[in-house]
Amino acid sequence: MNGDGFPILSLLVFLPTAGALLIALLPSERVPTHALLGALPGNEAQRARWLALLIALASLGISLGLFIDFDRSAGGAAFQYTDTFTWIKADDVGFTVTYAFGVDGLSLPLVLLTSLLTTVAVLISWRIDLRPKEYFAWLLILETAVLGVFTSLDLLFFFLFWELELIPMFLLISIWGSGDRNYSAMKFVLYTVFGSAFMLVGFLAMGAAASTFDMREIREADLADAFLPVQAIFAFVLIAFAVKLPVVPFHTWLPDAHSDAPTAVSVILAGVLLKMGGYGILRLLFTIMPEVGADASLSLAILAVVSILYGALVTIRQTDLKRLVAYSSVSHMGFVLLGVSALGVTGLSGAAMQLVAHGLITGLLFVMVGLVYDRTHTREIADMRGLVHHMPIIGAVMIFAGLASLGLPALAGFVAEITVFLGAFSRHEVPTALALVGVLLAAGYMLWVLQRSFFGPRDDRWEHLEDAKSWWEYAPMAVLCGAIILLGVYPKLVMELFELGTQPIADGLQLVRAGLSDGSVAALPGLGGGGG
Amino acid sequence: MLGEVNLLGPELVLMTVGGVLLVADLFLRDRRLLMGVAIAALLGSVLYATILLADGKVGGTAFNEILVFDEYALFFQFLLAGGALAAIGASWETLGRIPSRRGEYLALILFSTTGLMLLAGTRDLIGIFVALELTSLSQYVLIGFHKDRLGSEAGLKYLLLGAIASAILLYGMALLIGLSGATNLGAIADFVGGAGPGQFEALIFATVFLIVGFGFKAAIAPFQMWVPDVYQGGPTPIAAYLSVASKAAAFAVLIRVFFEALSDDLLSEHWSTIFAVLATLSMFVGNVIAIQQDNIKRMLAYSSIAQAGTIVIGLAAISADRSELLGASGILFYLAGYTVTNLTAFLVVIAIHNKIGSYAIDDYRGLGRRAPLLALLLAFSLISLTGLPPTAGFFGKLYLFQTAVQSDLAWLAVIGVVNTAIGAAYYLRPIKAMFIDAPAEGAPLPASFRPGAALGVTLALTSAGILVIGLAPSLLIDVAEEAVRTIML
Repeated sequence: MNGDGFPILSLLVFLPTAGALLIALLPSERVPTHALLGALPGNEAQRARWLALLIALASLGISLGLFIDFDRSAGGAAFQYTDTFTWIKADDVGFTVTYAFGVDGLSLPLVLLTSLLTTVAVLISWRIDLRPKEYFAWLLILETAVLGVFTSLDLLFFFLFWELELIPMFLLISIWGSGDRNYSAMKFVLYTVFGSAFMLVGFLAMGAAASTFDMREIREADLADAFLPVQAIFAFVLIAFAVKLPVVPFHTWLPDAHSDAPTAVSVILAGVLLKMGGYGILRLLFTIMPEVGADASLSLAILAVVSILYGALVTIRQTDLKRLVAYSSVSHMGFVLLGVSALGVTGLSGAAMQLVAHGLITGLLFVMVGLVYDRTHTREIADMRGLVHHMPIIGAVMIFAGLASLGLPALAGFVAEITVFLGAFSRHEVPTALALVGVLLAAGYMLWVLQRSFFGPRDDRWEHLEDAKSWWEYAPMAVLCGAIILLGVYPKLVMELFELGTQPIADGLQLVRAGLSDGSVAALPGLGGGGG
Repeated sequence: MLGEVNLLGPELVLMTVGGVLLVADLFLRDRRLLMGVAIAALLGSVLYATILLADGKVGGTAFNEILVFDEYALFFQFLLAGGALAAIGASWETLGRIPSRRGEYLALILFSTTGLMLLAGTRDLIGIFVALELTSLSQYVLIGFHKDRLGSEAGLKYLLLGAIASAILLYGMALLIGLSGATNLGAIADFVGGAGPGQFEALIFATVFLIVGFGFKAAIAPFQMWVPDVYQGGPTPIAAYLSVASKAAAFAVLIRVFFEALSDDLLSEHWSTIFAVLATLSMFVGNVIAIQQDNIKRMLAYSSIAQAGTIVIGLAAISADRSELLGASGILFYLAGYTVTNLTAFLVVIAIHNKIGSYAIDDYRGLGRRAPLLALLLAFSLISLTGLPPTAGFFGKLYLFQTAVQSDLAWLAVIGVVNTAIGAAYYLRPIKAMFIDAPAEGAPLPASFRPGAALGVTLALTSAGILVIGLAPSLLIDVAEEAVRTIML
């Protein structure tokens, strides 16, 4: 086991912050001569983006290294690359924060996704010329926060990174956004803070009962004598994750944040920030409180179906291309919840797979919407017609992304959804059947919008439009398309990791259910959510 | 006897230099010299205390425990001296407005600090009252120091309301002394432990009166009406000083009196509930009204009421078996973090006012471009006041909420956390104004500016404090836990 050796995860998490500080220290236009850094070529914006790209690629490199080096054998189920020391200790009140990083099969693919999408975000922001230094610095700090959430092994440490993400997002949306950006940024912050308020109370309750905040120890602890019933703790923490995921009816911040955020921030928001909610449900709720999770299974399935169907129905009615993609996220993230509610390895790893697949696909969709908007300066679907004639490459990739989003076989989204359905059907037949309607609706809204905006006769208004031609436009498209195809034809690449990571969760759930039904605690190795 | 006076050394240094400054006021006007003397006095006082500490004098008492020199008192001596240093460091421009009364101004700050230090270092009701009056009288004068309309109104308001609060406090003390026949907190504790049925009701009255009296100083709702006007009308460095030093000392004495003298099982159950209600009230009153403020000084005033409410959570937090003061170390930790944070916020507000002559949040628009460092520091301190990482405020809140949870006051932690969310709504406003909004047309803004030397150094120290406490809170937690161990339950 690679425990407590070189602190590679600390390096991974804090490298972007170091990069952000470096970017902030770069000389600005107003101070042309600078002893050391002034010798760098280019202007302020060029230096900032090249440095940001360098840092993003470096952290992508580290993530890839971890991904390759990770121990995939059965013994690799525990956390690897752990990096731990006691950071804060107040014995009198039992308040301990452990500086603890580690990855397992569940978190590693999400770490890789985060660093990949941050790189994409830097590239797609290549033409940002408003306060570029600050922009790239905040983008990198955001990466630190998200990586910290995915790798923390201590509840309070996790909470610290969870909160840290607010400031960069607030500024990124409200400075570099469009439309009613101040309102949207504030709405995002307030929704998240209210969610995390409940989460913190839940964490404190768990910590007080278990007298530790270490996730690895809390799952062994007995939470029965916490000051809140376990069901209440579960519900409190679930609120925060439900806001983030988002689950209807906590979703209304999402379309606003998306429609006013700059393209790169939308990519990060849809691609990784929403995943923090799904990851939290798997890592914290179902790992620590499997008995409540098992009881709540049906309620979660119903919430999931409401999200899927409501999200899809609202998506159909959208007239703004970016809002349409945003609402489709609400629908797609419902599948995550549905997979979780199945309680078996298949459902859980399907849910995790959906996190990655949706991250890649929706990331690509937002990239494409951004590229289209850069050219047409409108996001109104009604104004677009026959765009594929003028921009064949952008049009083709957009259609590819749309097809991936609706679940075309041999692409990543199909694998995730089919796994979720396989896992969920035997446990929740009716909800799963209803969720299938969501897939039909997805095909409907996606094909319809593609037909309206990209197909159809040529429109003279758009004659002047140029197709993608810069390397920083091609690179994100190529990388994301490649990843979507790769995961579609060879899902084992990450499925294997997710099965490794969700097996302990499924075992815990199995144990609980076996105990519920016949009193025996035989841990039956379960494929799918059947039985019980 | 001489050994006993020795323990009073840190305070005596301040009183002596204060007296010298008063006399020097007659013929000396040099700002640099006078400020230097006052700063030297505070540093000398800290040095004296450090020598006493190194000399093993900690734990000593003098004058029948009217003076106690324990780790707890020492913690507050350092904290209060720090607050006073920052207030003086920020007073360069204020001194410029009062050419003929500079020595007096500085002497009053030193006198007031002496009173606050004594407040934290006494175990006797008479000592507490004398110390409180010494500090209050100096502060009344300081608030009205500019003799303009707003300042005079603020000074008078502070004086009148303060006098009423003192009277109520004195009434509570008189009840306590009359019942127990003692002024020493330890002796009162012995009496409270064996109080009979009729006496117990009187004790509750006395407790309530004490809470009103000290609550006024700490700016806890519903005894907070003076705060916004006094902060707005008084010289800003003094407002900063009141918001941190005065509040810290008020909590120091609250912990001492309630945990040492009134910690009887039955009685503490009553006041723990009262404090829990006051904490709730303060947080909501402060936060909700702060949202509507357009003047940053008034906003910070309401914020300080809300912060006081957060700290009161620690007073309500006693372990279920009444054997431990769970909240005390949390209060000390929070106070230290709050002191550096709030000072940073006020110092930036002073620096900006020195340049643009306005306290209106709207006039802060575009400051992120004109004075990036100052704007960044203000943003940083507001983030800490909100309670977001990686700052002192984040861990202070976590720590206090944790003590509430440990004391079966989970609902209070929930209210605290909800208030954090409400707080975000107004703490983010100046940040938005500085970094996001475009400056108004024809706004009176200079091209770019820096604070003066004294202000700059003070600001550097306080903002470093926020970061150090935020990144390495363990050091301070150890000190705070050590300090509260000397409080006898």
